[in-house]
Amino acid sequence: MAFWIASSPHNHNQSQTSSLMRLVIYATLPGIIAQWYFFGWGNLIHIGLAITTAMICEFTVLSLRKKAINKELLDGSALLTALLLGVCLPALAPWWISVIGTIFAIVIVKQLYGGLGHNPFNPAMAGYVMLLISFPLQMTTWQPPLTLLSVDLNLTNTLSTIFTGFTLEGYSVEQIRTSIDAITMATPLDTLKTNTGMGLTVLETINSSSLQSQVFGDNFSLGWEWVNGAFFLGGLVLIAKKAIAWQTPLSFLASLFICTFLAYSISPDSSPSTMFHWFSGATMLGAFFILTDPVTGATSIKGRIIIGFLAGLLVYLIRTFGGYPDGVAFAVLLCNMTAPLVDQYTRPRTYGHQKGNN
Amino acid sequence: MESIIERVTRGNFWTFHGGVHPPEQKQLTSSKPIKQLPLPKQLILPLQQHIGREGSLLVEVGDKVLKGQALTSSNNPMAVPIHASTSGTISAIKKSIIAHPSGLSELCIFIDVDGKDTWIEREGCDDLSKLSQLDLITKIADAGIAGMGGAGFPTHIKVNNKADINFLIINGVECEPYITADDLLMQERSKEIVNGIRIIDKLLTPTFILIAIEENKPLAIKSLQQKTSAFDHIKVCAVPTKYPAGGEKQLIKILTGQEIKSGSLPIHTGIVMQNIATCFAINDAVYHGTPLLRRVVTVTGQALTQPQNVWALLGTPINFLLTECGAQPQAIKGKQNQQAVIMGGPMMGYSLSSDLVPIIKTSNCILVPSAREMPSAFADTSTEVECIRCGQCSDVCPSQLLPQELQWSAKAKDYPQLEKLNLSDCIDCGACAYVCPSQIPLVQYYRIAKAEIREQQQLDLKADKAKIRFEARKLRLEKEKIAREEKHKKAAAARKAAMNKNTPEAVGAKSAVAAALARVKAKKAKDKLKESALNTKIEDKETIPEVVSDEKDQVKAAIARAKAKRLAKVKEKQQVNSVAEKSKILQESSPNDASKQEEKTLTKISVANNENNVQSQDDKKIKIAAAIAKVKAKKLAQTSYKNDKVGEPNTVSSTGESPQKKDLIAKDAKKAKIASAIAKAKAKKELKEQEKSLTNPENEST
Repeated sequence: MAFWIASSPHNHNQSQTSSLMRLVIYATLPGIIAQWYFFGWGNLIHIGLAITTAMICEFTVLSLRKKAINKELLDGSALLTALLLGVCLPALAPWWISVIGTIFAIVIVKQLYGGLGHNPFNPAMAGYVMLLISFPLQMTTWQPPLTLLSVDLNLTNTLSTIFTGFTLEGYSVEQIRTSIDAITMATPLDTLKTNTGMGLTVLETINSSSLQSQVFGDNFSLGWEWVNGAFFLGGLVLIAKKAIAWQTPLSFLASLFICTFLAYSISPDSSPSTMFHWFSGATMLGAFFILTDPVTGATSIKGRIIIGFLAGLLVYLIRTFGGYPDGVAFAVLLCNMTAPLVDQYTRPRTYGHQKGNN
Repeated sequence: MESIIERVTRGNFWTFHGGVHPPEQKQLTSSKPIKQLPLPKQLILPLQQHIGREGSLLVEVGDKVLKGQALTSSNNPMAVPIHASTSGTISAIKKSIIAHPSGLSELCIFIDVDGKDTWIEREGCDDLSKLSQLDLITKIADAGIAGMGGAGFPTHIKVNNKADINFLIINGVECEPYITADDLLMQERSKEIVNGIRIIDKLLTPTFILIAIEENKPLAIKSLQQKTSAFDHIKVCAVPTKYPAGGEKQLIKILTGQEIKSGSLPIHTGIVMQNIATCFAINDAVYHGTPLLRRVVTVTGQALTQPQNVWALLGTPINFLLTECGAQPQAIKGKQNQQAVIMGGPMMGYSLSSDLVPIIKTSNCILVPSAREMPSAFADTSTEVECIRCGQCSDVCPSQLLPQELQWSAKAKDYPQLEKLNLSDCIDCGACAYVCPSQIPLVQYYRIAKAEIREQQQLDLKADKAKIRFEARKLRLEKEKIAREEKHKKAAAARKAAMNKNTPEAVGAKSAVAAALARVKAKKAKDKLKESALNTKIEDKETIPEVVSDEKDQVKAAIARAKAKRLAKVKEKQQVNSVAEKSKILQESSPNDASKQEEKTLTKISVANNENNVQSQDDKKIKIAAAIAKVKAKKLAQTSYKNDKVGEPNTVSSTGESPQKKDLIAKDAKKAKIASAIAKAKAKKELKEQEKSLTNPENEST
């Protein structure tokens, strides 16, 4: 009787990479819904564009590389990259922004370096940074929350703006961003940075009666705080399901807290609070979904803590002293660069070996 | 050490890093008692069932053996004898597939069971105190006991230690899923087990004895606690259920908090570990004189109708056990219509290629899973994807390794990096591959890498030894050369000294030497003369110049020789030209004719040269002529072949096809060779005759 030959172990806990990716995608849904609620259809359209482009690119490259299409196309990694990139883009950016960004992210940053598991940089963040540097105008025209808009941005209007640059009524993107008293609105981070540069204190900026400061809303940043909160919840779900390691987001948020706490202690007038930093921009998205990407992060626990800490420090520095209002993307890329080095020096001690003896 | 035992007594154990919790599935077999099986028809006993060497055969084909009779003897500490598990006749001693992952064959003894089960004479013992340490060790060694937990290390070596033993740990953990062999043995035979433990206690005198059992075996724990309540220094420890808590290094960490240093043995920290079944076997051997003949085997899996534990005789083929436990051939087909039969548990067992594999001392389980129960055992294609560095593998590794980095380096065959990452500390438990979401067969990669590293080390050792040998040989040869030279120098000096002494023998020796020297000189002169004579003989039969003794004549002779050479060359050219002309003629005729004509010309040349008393130079000419003829014939053949290809009508070609032409050319070459050989032989003859004629007049002169 011929028997089937296999190698031990013969049983398996049946976890799969594709189900891991699927879980992460589900965990981003609260944040995406919050974004839609506060900022409209823009990001959803961009997500759709990005996903389509990503699937086409991945299919093309995998066919060229003669890989198993069924297994690798549908393992969810390209989908997740496209999703994250779509979430990060400004809502009213032109359609070609997301297409170019996705092509760059999938083809160059992911597949050209070897495909899943071999890329040293986070594809979504690398794509975002490329777009930011190449098309600074389009990437900095942020749409204010819907409640502050004077133009009605329903689905058709948003589609028309993204694909043609003008709403159906003929308003341009700049006109949409302008408030009733003809002042262009920016993101809370941007506003605070500009005003602090002009010499105003934080409280003055936030509590001023100008319509520009309405972007800060009642708490920290109108709309953005809820988006960040929703991503925070999604992240907690991931930690509970053991899909990501909890050390990275904890150390990231903790280091951001330490930096802002120190800054506030030194100069309260020109430093925003920790909660402001935590709940505006892409902080929570970065903490739970970007930095925890296993392929580009560190592997050991100590390494993860170091990377998270470094990322928090960099985010604070770029936001306060750097040229860009939000530094999460740059911080993530810099941490990706240091991950191999950190890995080498934070290997855990093997059983039976002394520390340092290897 | 006091704090260790305090913690142990309290039940406050340490823990090891990592570990997984695969589904235990022990309820399939844990509630049924151990079954006694009928005798099988045939036993297959491999000569080696342990780590070490095989013993030497004591029996031959056709011998009748009794139950418990020794079939091999041990003449080496690492050799453990095997015994006949029941009475019968030895039908064969040949190679057969053994229980090993490789599926290779080793020498086995085949016994045809006669069914009578007659015992050999056994010598039991009632009182332990009557036996000395040496007696105990001898009994254990003769009974063929090896570690029954899986590794099979010879027990008599392990229990024969003089070092200070702090802890004797009895491993009843049985952490692997499905296996309940040790569990039931502890439930049914705890008295014998404790007796066995006390024998080892007498041999090793440890300070404490810890019996480790996992928490999922409450009945076994209770049973052993009852039997050991009378002994203060024996403690039963119920450790938390986690795979692989039963691994030696992990269990030591759990019970004592100490880590065994990489590369060293537990004995170096004063700890010895024995399996619970080994203790049972020791009891049998010492008290009843029974050698190791049977063991408890768990035959389990949802593909069987009656999974249970059985007392299996060593050497029972697997197919007998499978039929006894209700394996329906048609019901156990997997996806590819093949059944997976695994020896051992699901995490560390290996699949068997044949059902004739026998049970040996270290087999504790036969697992026959159904496809629904264990789908990954039947996977026909690899579902492996890229590693996403999620780190779940390093979270569960009990040796605190980094499997994702090991896998990276193993795939790249980066052996120095693998050693740096401590691949040799991997215990092959399979926890990492169990949890990997990318379904990478990690353990398989590590096994291959370890094997390649080991092979490389063996080659390096061999190379080192060869280098040492070579260096030694070089040295020896040099020394011998120097010694020889010394000897020669000494002998020469001695001779010289003797010759210069002016004794009559010395004078005689001197004159003899002088005469010899004179002879040598004369011979040299003759040779020179011959050369010059030969060189000048081509043109005319000139008279042989006189033996030249002074320089002027020598110079003259040299000039004469040079002239002769030049003339010879000119004549060669003439001959060659004549051959060329002839071959030109050949080109205009048909190839077949050409070959015949070539033959004719070659023979003509050779004959002509022979007639001219050709010597070595003429040989050369023949060769040159033959070569030129060959070349021309080849060209001929090629051009005619080309013309054939092109299809032009050709005056030269007729029916020629390239193979035929090649044959012709070959034949021609052969014939040319033969001709030149004949010419050479004739020339040699001429030379000899000339020599004779030369020496004759000389002799007359002297």
